Amino acid sequence: MTYFLLRRTFGFIATLIAVSIVVFAVMNVLPGDPALTILGMDATDDALAALRKELGLNDPLLARYFAWVGGALTGDFGTSHSFRVPVAELITERLAMTVSLAVAGMVLTLVIALSVGIFAAANHGKAGDWATMFISQLGIAVPAFWLSILLVLLFAVKLRWLPPGGFAGWSDPVAALRSLVLPTVALALVQSAVLARVTRSSALEVMRQDFTRTARASGLSQRRILWRHVLPNALVPIVTIVGMQFAALVTGTIVIENVFYLPGLGRLIFQSIANRDLPTVQALVMLFAVIVVTANFVVDLLYVLIDPRLKARA
Amino acid sequence: MMHIRKSLQFTTFAMALGLCATAVSAADLVIGLQQEPTSLDPTADATAAIDGMMTQNVYESLTIVAENGEVGPNLASAWEVSEDGLTYTFTLTDAATFHDGTAFDADDVIYSFERAMAEDSVNPSKAIFKPIESITALDPRTIQIKLKNKDAFFLFNMGQGDSAIVAAESAATNNVNPVGTGPFKFDNWTRGDRLKLVKNPDHRDAGEVALDSVTFRFISDAAAATAAMMAEELDAFPGFPAPELLEQFEADPRFRVNQGSTEGEVILAMNNSKPPFDNIEVRRAVATAINRDEIIDGAMYGKATPIGSFYPPHGTAYVDLTDAYPTDTAKAKGMFEAAGVAGQTMTLRVPPFPYATRSAEIIQAQLSDAGIDARVENVEWGFWIDEIYKKKNYDMTIIAHTGPNDMGNFARGPDYFYGYDDPKFTALWDSISTEADDTKRDELLKEGQQYLSDQAVHGFLFQLPLLGVFRNEVKGYWSSSPVLYMPLKNVSKD
Repeated sequence: MTYFLLRRTFGFIATLIAVSIVVFAVMNVLPGDPALTILGMDATDDALAALRKELGLNDPLLARYFAWVGGALTGDFGTSHSFRVPVAELITERLAMTVSLAVAGMVLTLVIALSVGIFAAANHGKAGDWATMFISQLGIAVPAFWLSILLVLLFAVKLRWLPPGGFAGWSDPVAALRSLVLPTVALALVQSAVLARVTRSSALEVMRQDFTRTARASGLSQRRILWRHVLPNALVPIVTIVGMQFAALVTGTIVIENVFYLPGLGRLIFQSIANRDLPTVQALVMLFAVIVVTANFVVDLLYVLIDPRLKARA
Repeated sequence: MMHIRKSLQFTTFAMALGLCATAVSAADLVIGLQQEPTSLDPTADATAAIDGMMTQNVYESLTIVAENGEVGPNLASAWEVSEDGLTYTFTLTDAATFHDGTAFDADDVIYSFERAMAEDSVNPSKAIFKPIESITALDPRTIQIKLKNKDAFFLFNMGQGDSAIVAAESAATNNVNPVGTGPFKFDNWTRGDRLKLVKNPDHRDAGEVALDSVTFRFISDAAAATAAMMAEELDAFPGFPAPELLEQFEADPRFRVNQGSTEGEVILAMNNSKPPFDNIEVRRAVATAINRDEIIDGAMYGKATPIGSFYPPHGTAYVDLTDAYPTDTAKAKGMFEAAGVAGQTMTLRVPPFPYATRSAEIIQAQLSDAGIDARVENVEWGFWIDEIYKKKNYDMTIIAHTGPNDMGNFARGPDYFYGYDDPKFTALWDSISTEADDTKRDELLKEGQQYLSDQAVHGFLFQLPLLGVFRNEVKGYWSSSPVLYMPLKNVSKD
């Protein structure tokens, strides 16, 4: 187990170093000049030169990279080129939005997917199974942004139950919750379609096994068999997909944030790339990398918890 | 019974979430904007949305430009121009105070201009200060500005966001906390979501200001913008991004759709500095191959006015030159053949604006009919402004020039991305920009339009429209925009 943790930590650090080098290199190779994007088409050459100097763009590439790494190690992610405020401030103010959305999306995904998947497995071959599988197939095929627009048209424009977008922060919790309903549903419906199918097939697999038959033979109720015996044993593939989905959810919020004009990290990274705002892009990509790597790490740990047999292999 | 309980539960749930549209206070105007700036300082960032929200609302300049393009008094309540047109004496209002309580006087004007003209200045329109020789305060209420050479656009330029008057005490933090002298004060900005201004009760014209507050919401997606208007979350979307979605607003009695004009000439720019577009016959062939009506119908859903040169149709000096090169595909084909470029491949690199990407596809088809293989490359803005604009690495591109009085672009010499260097036009522009008499200047501007059309420097396509959607209650909005700002002082909401 110690060896496993060490190996994982090493992989974690190596991934982050690689990501930071790639982002730095790509942003510098990419055509585009932050000074020019800020000052626009009428800027004079001396104004551009003054801004480049102010932003520290004249220093050699390697010097800038190591200055950034040095800062990042001490928790200083630098100052945004276009916003002119600390990158840490930009990220903190948006993090609440994206995390709220991703967590709410994940919870709803799990609730829908597990219930629907187990329901379909329990009704294997019957109408209920066919219907849920048909609907989940639809769910996989439907793009999240399109579903979002439909939800907005129905619940915000037609029925006026919920706001069509925007998020003013948690200072007004009721308004914040209302703002999150539609984006969460849009995120979760598509994700849960995938997960429901995985849950169903994994559950079916377990239901064919001897211990399930024994449980049934010993007279346990169907409900108890499904939730206490089948589901826990079907969890390994489900957790794998959930881990991948959590990473996808965090990045998937980029699309959802755009359609619902939510002030999250997705919109920030979009804007920062367009503005060639290297410090902000760099910090955000690193943050996404940390989230993805951490999600994978947590999944690996969960395997061991769910299935003690895997401990030996770890 | 079951049903009743369920519906009761639902109602309770709905009430708990407050699922009822909340009414907004009548004097708060909510405006949708497609673009969100990263800074709130128009003297340090060129983003048009900064001017759209801040200029003449939070910040004020010496002068102000009205909807018809006329220059009027603002922080300067009056001015005198010397006989030779080189000395401007401005009388400053004594009724202005900065929002943080700092007094406004001649020192602030001097500070603002010196900051904009300094060596380390990052003013996006630094060139407009170039004619200034000296600025002196004759007394705390009088400023004298001496010019090196006559500048017909000087007073107009003094009414822009780039020449906003800021205070030394607050200039450094204006990007996040704008402090000006205007009729509205900055209240708060939730980056990525909204920005709020509130009425400044101490402003000299506060009595005329109808709105208590203005909230800008940032919505980049056109479908989302439509939904937000339809759900009455917004009162106005003055720069609506998608002409194809306007029909539903036109059909809805709650809304008013406005099609106004802007200062944005949309051109099919050709790189005059290298073959094949250094050859005037090739450029004329392109002008003959393109069909503006098709482009406007296809790209703008008919909502734009064609132009035949580089001057807005609403301007006083406008001449209609749209018939200078009537569309004739066969003739264009012959011209391309005669010039030896038939069948050649050329790049058409377009920035990510719907007017540009849509026009590009139609122009590609029209050029293809005339025997030219135009390869459309969609590039993003950071790429465009560096590769095409700065490095001139392109054959053709499509862009709207949104600045007012910008015919001088053609006199910017071979380094400008047009690659157009013509001493005749440069001399003409010199006389235009130094002519103080309006009638005489209009005559020269007409000559300029004729000349540029004759030289077929670019393909001149259409004037970028100002497409806006407003709730009927909203009154006083400009229908056309001669500048990048929109004073909200006279806007009301019943």
